[in-house]
Amino acid sequence: MSKIGEGTNPQSQEKRDLLVLLERAQSRSGYLSKRTIAELAESLGLSIGEVYGVASFYSFLSIKPQGRNVIRICKSLPCYLKNAQTIIEGVRKEIGINPGETTADGRFSFELTNCIGACDKAPAMMVNDDVHGDLTPKKISKILQAYK
Amino acid sequence: MSFDEIRSRAVSEWEALEGSDKTRIFIGAATCGRAAGAMALFDVIQKKLAEHNVEAIVGQVGCIGLCYIEPLISIAKPGRPHIYYSDVTPELAAQLIEDYVINDNPRPDLALGSTGEGEIEGIPRLFDLPMLKPQVRIALRNCGIIDPENINNYIARDGYSGLVKALGMKPEDVGEEVKKSGLGGRGGAGFPTGLKWEFCRKSPGNIKYVICNADEGDPGAFMDRSLLEGDPHAVLEGILIGAYSIGAGEGYIYIRAEYPLAIERLKLAISQMEEYGLLGNNILGSDFSFKLSIKQGAGAFVCGEETALMASIEGQRGMPRPRPPFPAQSGLWGKPTNINNVETWSSVSAILQRGADWYSGYGTEASKGTKTFALAGKIVRTGLIEVPLGITLEEIIFGIGGGIPDGKRFKAVQTGGPSGGCLPESLLNLPVDYKTLAQAGSIMGSGGMVVMDEETCMVDVARYFLTFTQDESCGKCVPCRLGTKQMLDILNDITQGKGKPEDIDLLQGLSKQINAGSLCGLGQTAPNPVLTTLRYFGDEYEAHIKEKRCPALACTDLITFYILPDKCQGCGICLRKCPSEAILGDKRLVHIVDQDKCSKCGTCLDVCPAKFGAVVKVSGEEIAVPSEPIPITPAKKGTEDSPESSVSDET
Ligand SMILES: Cc1cc2nc3c(=O)[nH]c(=O)nc-3n(C[C@H](O)[C@H](O)[C@H](O)COP(=O)(O)O)c2cc1C
Ligand code: FES
Repeated sequence: MSKIGEGTNPQSQEKRDLLVLLERAQSRSGYLSKRTIAELAESLGLSIGEVYGVASFYSFLSIKPQGRNVIRICKSLPCYLKNAQTIIEGVRKEIGINPGETTADGRFSFELTNCIGACDKAPAMMVNDDVHGDLTPKKISKILQAYK
Repeated sequence: MSFDEIRSRAVSEWEALEGSDKTRIFIGAATCGRAAGAMALFDVIQKKLAEHNVEAIVGQVGCIGLCYIEPLISIAKPGRPHIYYSDVTPELAAQLIEDYVINDNPRPDLALGSTGEGEIEGIPRLFDLPMLKPQVRIALRNCGIIDPENINNYIARDGYSGLVKALGMKPEDVGEEVKKSGLGGRGGAGFPTGLKWEFCRKSPGNIKYVICNADEGDPGAFMDRSLLEGDPHAVLEGILIGAYSIGAGEGYIYIRAEYPLAIERLKLAISQMEEYGLLGNNILGSDFSFKLSIKQGAGAFVCGEETALMASIEGQRGMPRPRPPFPAQSGLWGKPTNINNVETWSSVSAILQRGADWYSGYGTEASKGTKTFALAGKIVRTGLIEVPLGITLEEIIFGIGGGIPDGKRFKAVQTGGPSGGCLPESLLNLPVDYKTLAQAGSIMGSGGMVVMDEETCMVDVARYFLTFTQDESCGKCVPCRLGTKQMLDILNDITQGKGKPEDIDLLQGLSKQINAGSLCGLGQTAPNPVLTTLRYFGDEYEAHIKEKRCPALACTDLITFYILPDKCQGCGICLRKCPSEAILGDKRLVHIVDQDKCSKCGTCLDVCPAKFGAVVKVSGEEIAVPSEPIPITPAKKGTEDSPESSVSDET
């Protein structure tokens, strides 16, 4: 196993920072297509496997096309203790898909995630960059209406 | 501009604001405030002010920690104290402008408390409230008080005076000062900060790095988010002081992508520092030069571990590696690196501003200073607090946190996130410090406290934590990847009533192996929630395994809902509301639950009118009910004539 950064030069390393490049590519096209991954690998002189390895490690990077809005419901303990399950059910009913899926019209992707640091308002979820807390199944439909 | 000039301008700006002849209105607009609807208040307030042609200053502050009653606003009329109001809806905001700003009635009936000079009759002092009074706010000193987007606010309140002081000292003396304060790392382990700096300073090499760990991911933890959103410069000043003492020319803040507002505030804060010459070459005219970058995470809990974090900064998969070598010897890009947590850095700036002796005046012999805690779960006042170490769990949970909601009974508190443990009622008088918590089988951790009541099943909680570890294990080492999977399988079995008597020994054995064989803290500490629940709640495991009973009535596979035939009035509410269509019955007939269809959601129990109280939830017992709907027995008759003959004929 190689030691961190053994023998590399930070300056050149930074420009080649794969995670940053992947984050940028994702924010441009919403996800990391096979083609994007192949192109990145080519330009950095890495194998497709290496790039794919980084892309698939991080849950905020997606190798599947994402919806215009990403719903992330927290499934960690403090939210679980406050009935997050009913919120997951509620969203499932509202948009008709399961966690891990994207609606056919591309409006929503639906994910479960670990703690988003909004436990004081559990159960909580993020829609894109917005945090919504103290959720009840009743509130869901109104919240989601704002995301087109 | 010299720093003295910068400071005197900032102080005049602050004094002008405090002494302004206009009314000042501040809205708590951190993520928690926003999630509660704070942003909508800006518009409402501005509109209302415009309607009355009143000029006022409307600004934002971070979170003061009273997250359970947000949105929070404060109104200060010229020469009067700030009055805080909680749970402010747009309607209430408009009302308050009308009543207080326009008609001079401060509405003591609605006010929460006041701060600043002067008192107003009928309104208590904010910091005398039970949630705030026992607190000592050092890392959080400015949160909820200053505008986090205005560097001058920070400077006016002694901000960057710690850096000025440090730059006038020898780098090693700065480290000594931090050592003397007794500050320990607030990211979890409590390792003496000054000593860690010394290792890195003494490590050979010209290129060194400092890192701020803002990857906060423990379930139940939101201290670092709130601090970065409420007072980013307190953290940044600490980083600079550390870099100077260590001899680092470059630093990174590694922050999780889930915290967009904190990232935005950090970016803004860094640009303000550049403008004031607090970053870059020859900072404040000294020989010290420093460059600081923000590095955004991408959703991987294990990246909070220091070696994984550095791998992630280097653009690789965030996987831990064995230590030694420690980061102080070989860290980022193989160079000596010092990594500290957000709260640690904020405490550093306070220590340099006010002195090591002042800081070490708080806390216990073994653990000096203060610690922030995030209160979550089944507790009345959820929010963020900072207390001197040595305070008891009871003071935190009942005194500050207000106890358990809905008259329920306290069962356990989980400290230290997935690496920590669950502590029972008998330990409520435990003084909280690094040593006592470790002795009790838990850890201090980063500061999440998740409170659980009598309705929480401790076996289920242990199982839940292992699901988390499984989810977040990077998969590199076998004990962590496979060992936790095996433990999880056993716990799943136990909560489903399939546990075997030997499972307990098996869990204990696996715990030992995982602890000894895992590469990083994630795996090493993963068994802690299981071990502590076994230690303090062993009877719950026994009940699940031997009696197939969940004493907390939480494990769905072990609970059954029944409709009591002598109480059911055949009203049909449960039948209509049941999402699984699992209830049979008709008008004036005793309803029954079709156990094959029941999803155990508990809706029937919730909706059955209290005056009937006909639905019960039980575990480990069977209740006699008719096999199909029968006419109800008139309410007057006693329970004696519930037809014994119609015991459910499942067998
Ligand atoms: C799995 C795992 C996750 C961690 N997550 C964090 C974290 O989110 N924030 C943090 O400051 N430290 C975290 N740590 C601890 C860091 O490795 C490191 O000890 C800490 O950042 C050092 O800073 P301190 O001395 O100021 O506490 C984690 C450790 C482990 C094993
Ligand atoms: S546990 Fe859900 S936001 Fe923290």
